[in-house]
Parts: sequence; structure tokens; C-alpha cells
Amino acid sequence: MTAQANLPSASFDPATPSLNGYSTDGFYDEAVGPDEKARRNYALLIQKLSDLPIEDLIRRHEAAERILFRMGITFNVYGDDQGTEKIFPFDIVPRIIAAEEWDHIERGLKQRIVALNMFISDVYAEQRILKENRIPRFLIETCKAYRELCHSLKPPHDVWCHITGTDLIRGEDGTIYVLEDNLRCPSGVSYVLQNRFVMKRSFPSLFDMCHVRPVDDYPSRLVGLLRRIAQDGKTEPSVVLLTPGVFNSAYYEHSFLASQMGVELVEGRDLVVQDRIVYTRTTRGLKRVDVIYRRIDDDFLDPKAFRPDSLLGVPGLIDAYRAGNISLANAPGTGVADDKAIYPFVGEMIRFYLSEEPILPNVPTYLCYREDDLRYVLDHLESLVVKAVGESGGYGMLIGPQSTAQARSEFAEKIRDNPRNYIAQPTIPLSRVPTLIGDHFEGRHVDLRPYILYDGEDVFVLPGGLTRVALRKGSLVVNSSQGGGSKDTWVMAGPMMRKP
Amino acid sequence: MLSRVADSIYWMSRYVERAENIARFIEVTYAAMLDLPPGVGGQWLPLVSTTGDGEWFEEHYGEANGQNVIQFLTWDQRYHSSILTSIQAARENARSIRDTIPSEVWEQLNQFYQRVQQAARNPQLIWQSPLDFFQEIKLSSHQFKGVLDASMSHGEGWHFAQVGRFLERADKTTRMVDVQYYRLLPKVYDVGTPIDDLQWSALLHCVSGFEMYRRKYHLITPQKVIRFLLLDRFFPRAVMHCIDSANASLHAITGCSTDSFSNSAEQQLGRLRNDLAFTRVEEIIAIGMHQFIDGLQKRMNDVGNAIYRVFSGEESSSMG
Repeated sequence: MTAQANLPSASFDPATPSLNGYSTDGFYDEAVGPDEKARRNYALLIQKLSDLPIEDLIRRHEAAERILFRMGITFNVYGDDQGTEKIFPFDIVPRIIAAEEWDHIERGLKQRIVALNMFISDVYAEQRILKENRIPRFLIETCKAYRELCHSLKPPHDVWCHITGTDLIRGEDGTIYVLEDNLRCPSGVSYVLQNRFVMKRSFPSLFDMCHVRPVDDYPSRLVGLLRRIAQDGKTEPSVVLLTPGVFNSAYYEHSFLASQMGVELVEGRDLVVQDRIVYTRTTRGLKRVDVIYRRIDDDFLDPKAFRPDSLLGVPGLIDAYRAGNISLANAPGTGVADDKAIYPFVGEMIRFYLSEEPILPNVPTYLCYREDDLRYVLDHLESLVVKAVGESGGYGMLIGPQSTAQARSEFAEKIRDNPRNYIAQPTIPLSRVPTLIGDHFEGRHVDLRPYILYDGEDVFVLPGGLTRVALRKGSLVVNSSQGGGSKDTWVMAGPMMRKP
Repeated sequence: MLSRVADSIYWMSRYVERAENIARFIEVTYAAMLDLPPGVGGQWLPLVSTTGDGEWFEEHYGEANGQNVIQFLTWDQRYHSSILTSIQAARENARSIRDTIPSEVWEQLNQFYQRVQQAARNPQLIWQSPLDFFQEIKLSSHQFKGVLDASMSHGEGWHFAQVGRFLERADKTTRMVDVQYYRLLPKVYDVGTPIDDLQWSALLHCVSGFEMYRRKYHLITPQKVIRFLLLDRFFPRAVMHCIDSANASLHAITGCSTDSFSNSAEQQLGRLRNDLAFTRVEEIIAIGMHQFIDGLQKRMNDVGNAIYRVFSGEESSSMG
């Protein structure tokens, strides 16, 4: 049998299957076209979903949630002293991305990461891009995440953003946009791996038929990267993962990644710096550390260098870093490139450093520090999404169409007080994917966070990523704090990568 | 191994053992109550005394009846050593070392916790068949130990779990003996009567030691029960056995031979082990049971503190 014979399109008419009673409601639906018929890459899935009795799906969904609960992949419910814990909601309908489209996304992300890394390196060295007026200097000088003390530092292989989780969204015409670059401590990759684990158990045959590209090698790739960024001459570097501790909402991910990579999971109190060298406190005394995958923000990393009130960090860590005795992933200072007011200039960075045109477009962005933009934003608050430049996770945000007049006037006040701190974007009607709601399917809005590893030579983009889904009807907010869940993301293998 | 991780493994194991022992106390008291002639009350108070937190109980509950004592020891979220809070603490410790322990261990403990949590929210489930519930706690604790033994390398971390478990168990056995001895002994007029026999048997049942005792000594006499519970080398809940095992594991961690020591924790535990090994039960009774056990508990506490100091780096380990 040739590989070609395995293509879903060869086995049946892709236009036939449809979901009973399912409506796209006029949104761009990734599974179903405007004619309410399955799109090509979803045909097999839709066929299977309409063949299965709904009770069976519900049963598999419950079984999947039980597995997640048993594994303890839970977060604490605030304000509940009964110790109630919930799992991050999981939907069993996967989100599928066609091979050709993934190639496009992957090329776009690779281009973007290389340019962003060159920008960070440049900003902390010669600042060519500022000298040539391609990005306004005052934006850098007023950026809260800019770290003066990173100036003239060169991390190993000149890599700053080793691990990135870029947020992508798809608009109403099907175009993929970059919404934000998370260059500090992006989280969520453990859900990618766990969702896949659960889906393989729930739908083994469907999974097999769809030729899904694997994601399970992420921890090996990550530990490989971390070992490569050790200082020169370290053949057996000691790598640790630094977590804020059990009360952090991403703690599960920290311990999961540490155990999957076989590296020590440490808290700030486990580390000590002596003579600018970092050690762990062990039962047999101090042991030297070479590389830290830190999941603590810059601000809390070292009370001597940044916030003096931080109890999470390690006093003297930045000193050791400056002395070249420890590698940090990501490097301190990367936040300068994901300031939301600097984000509109990423296209410019790609042109400046790579002499290329950006492959993935940005969402059009109004910069409130520009007088014209400010006027436009204040006049159109009810149709725009306004964001504080340094925030993430759905905080510091106004969603115009869903806001009250009072919220808008309060926000307008804040914007006028500090225009540099705000940007605005048109409200994009995010694409939708069928989702199991009760005993039937409904479209729900999704985004996508692929994970990208960069070691200075190669860029690896994990085929898939975290699809977050806004489970509340009509909601555009996918954050877990606001009723968001997740789906497994299936990137289909191209004909050359299929199993024989 | 990270000092913090060693400490968490030690406490994870200790807390599970603590929960199991509480279940044992309650189970055996409850079962014994069913055998007592009507009108014989006051069986629940010794259980409260065993905890050493009688004042707290008095303040929050007042009367030591079955309902109050069971609630206090089983699912009182406010009390630091109820079954619920012990398992919670065990799980919190496990959570902070999830990357170090096998996932089977975490999953078992997580399920154990969810089960207790569920029962705590619907206590009527416990009241329907208390003995089944406490039996289940015991079995879950055994299962925890089984999964740990079968899936975790028997290296440094595992030995820390052993030390924690055996120190906790030794402590609990001494408490049980201490309280029951004084409760049972002064009633001279009971000696040799069925009630007396039943109550000493209950003490043996509490540590699952009834059959093993019978095999060894056949007849139940207070002196022999004490000898069995405190000084037996081979019975797994006897204090001597626990101290011996903890001592062996502590030495396995450093690699130092058990006839010597390389830090103050080993020195103290080794000395305690040898003192016990060369003690006769008659001497214990001559010293006075309470005084003897008080001394024992204090020395075990000191060992626990020394272990923390040595392995957290507070004390240099090269003093041997």
C-alpha cells in the first residue's frame, strides 16, 4: 500500500459528513465550512463523531476527566476551604491543523523567534535598531521589563529566548495572526502532553487513522536544549528547574517537566550562591548547578538585583549570571520584546534583521502613546480590545463589545493617565471548533499556543501546541481563570511523514 | 538529594504512618466497646490522652464520647493530627516532590486523600460502618508502603521514607502502651478476669500483634505484652524493631556502618537502639512505665531534630 492510499480524501468523499444540528452561527469554523459540511482535514473526525452514539462520547469524556483527576492535574478552587480541586476542563473533540497550514505556521514562528532574539541581543548591546530609528528609543527606555543590568551581557550562543509560547488566533477570513509573543515563562505545555496522553487512550483507532504528529518528545528536546546552553566546556552540566513552589498555579507543570526531563525541581530556598557560583543544598552538602530553567519572573529571581521583598528568589543569582557561572533559560530581560507596545514592531524587526517580510501577520494595533491612535481608541472603546502593555493571562484588559459604560469610562481614565501603558486592537471574532456541550456539539472560540525552542542554531516548533477553548457560550476569553478549557491539537503529518 | 526533598519524603511517610495509627487507635477502641458489658464507660478518654492534645479536645468538644472523639481524630480540619489533616499533609509533601517519587506513589496517595476527603464531607458514610472505614485507612496505608517499596529505588530517598515511618510508628506504639498500661494496671481486682484479658488483647489487636504474640507467649500477661510491644526485635510494630530499622536506614543513607556513627543523628539513634537492645522488661517496670516511655519519646524527638539539622546542612556531617 502506498502512503497516498492512506489519505483520508482517498477513502471517502470529504464533503459528505456533517454534524447533526450543528451551526457555525456565521463564525469561521475550523471543522465545518460555510456550507455546514466538514472541511477536508476534519472529514474523518466528523464522520467518526457522527457515527458514535453520543452516550459513548460522553462516557469517553468522563473517563478522560477521571484520568486527569486521578493524576492530580488539578488546581485549587479559591475561596473554598473544603479542599475542592478541579481539573482544567478538557474537551474531547480535537482541534486539527492540516499539514500544509502547519508548515506555514512553523516557518512563520521560526522567522519570528530568530528576529526577536536578535532584537533582544541588539537592545542590550549596540542598539542598532534604535540608532536607525526603526523602533522609537523612548519605548525601550519606558519599558518596565527592560533590564539595565543585562546591558552588554552575552548569554551562551547569544540566545535569550530559549523557550517561547506564541499565541496565535484565526480571524473571520481564516487568516492566522500572532496575538502575542510570550518570551518570559510561558506555561501550558504539560497540558499539551497530558491531553495527548488522554486522547490516545480515548480514541486510539481514530488517532491512528489521522496520522497525527507526535508531541511526546518535548521533554527530551527541552532537556537537550538546556544542556546545550551550559557554559563552554561543561560536558555533564547539572540542570535544575526553578519553581516558585507548590502554591503556584503552574506547579503541576513544573514538577511534570522536571520528572520527564529527569532534572531536579528546586525552589529558591534550595539554592545558594557562594563566590558567584550557584549550588543546591543537598543531604551531602552543596552541589554545583550549571543551568537553571527558571519558571520565576525576572522580578522575583534575585532579591539583591530586582525586588528586594521577593522570598522566592536566590540572593546573588544575577551576580553569578553576570560572572558567566550559570545559564538561565530564559535569560533575564527578554520581557522587553513582549511588551505589548513593542509587539507592533516585530514586523519591523524581521525586515531589519533578516531582510525578509513577516510570514505571519500581527493583529492591527493602536498605540495609545500616538495622539491619533489615542483619539481613535477613546472614540471606539466599545468595539476595541484594550490591553495594558505589561500584563498577561487576561488581566488588565477591556473587551469593548462586552463591557459596561462605566467600565469603559474607568478604562478611558487610565488610558489618558498613562497612554504609553495601553494598546488597543479590533475585537477579532476568534475561529470556532466543535465542542461537546452537554449531549451535543456547539461551536466554541479557540486560540493556539505553539511552543518553540531555540538554541541559537535550530528552532524547534512543537507540532501542535495548546488549544485553549472558551467554554462559555459566546465568550472570547480562553483563560482558565475565566471559564477556559483546552483541547488536544492534532497537526496532521504531510504525505512524506506518514506511517507506512 | 536536595535537603528539602529528603525532608519532604521523610514527612510524607511519617504522616501516612500517623494516619494509619490513628485509625488503629479508633478501630480497636470501637471494637472493644462492643465487647464490654453495658455501663462500662470512659473508654474514649484514653484515646484523647494518647494524642497529648487533651486540652485542645476539652476546649473544642468537651465530653469524650465516641462521636466526639471519632470526629476529632478522623475528620476535624482544625486539629493538626486528625486522619484528614495527616493525609492532607502527606499529600502536600508528596506534591512538592512529585518529580522525585514514582507517579504510582503520588497517584495512590492522591486517591487515598480523595477518599478521606470524600468521607470527611459525608461523615454519615463513616457512621454507617466505622470499622470498614478504619480498616480501609489501614489498608490504604499498607498499599502506600507497598507501592513505594515496589516502585521507588531503595536508595537515599527510600531510606528517608523508612526513617520517617519507623520513628513515627515507634512513637505511636509507645503512646499506646503508656496510656493503656496505666488504664489497665491499677485495677488489681480485674487481673485474671475476662475483661482484663480482653483489654490486653485489644492492645495487641491495635498493633495487629495478637496472633504473633500468641505464637510466642501463648498466655496474656501484662509483663509479656509490654515486652512484646517495646522490646521485640522481630515484630514490625514493636518499638525495638522500629528503632532498629530506622537506625539501619539512617546508616544506609550515609553509608556508615551501624556499629559506628558519622553524625549526631546516627550517634543518638544508634545509642538509643543499643540501650533498648540491652534493656529487660523488669527494669522498665522498676523505673516506672511512664517515666521510661517519657524518656524514650524525648530521645526519639531529639533524633528527629538531629536528622533535620544534619541533612539540611545546619550541622557539618563530618564529626564521626
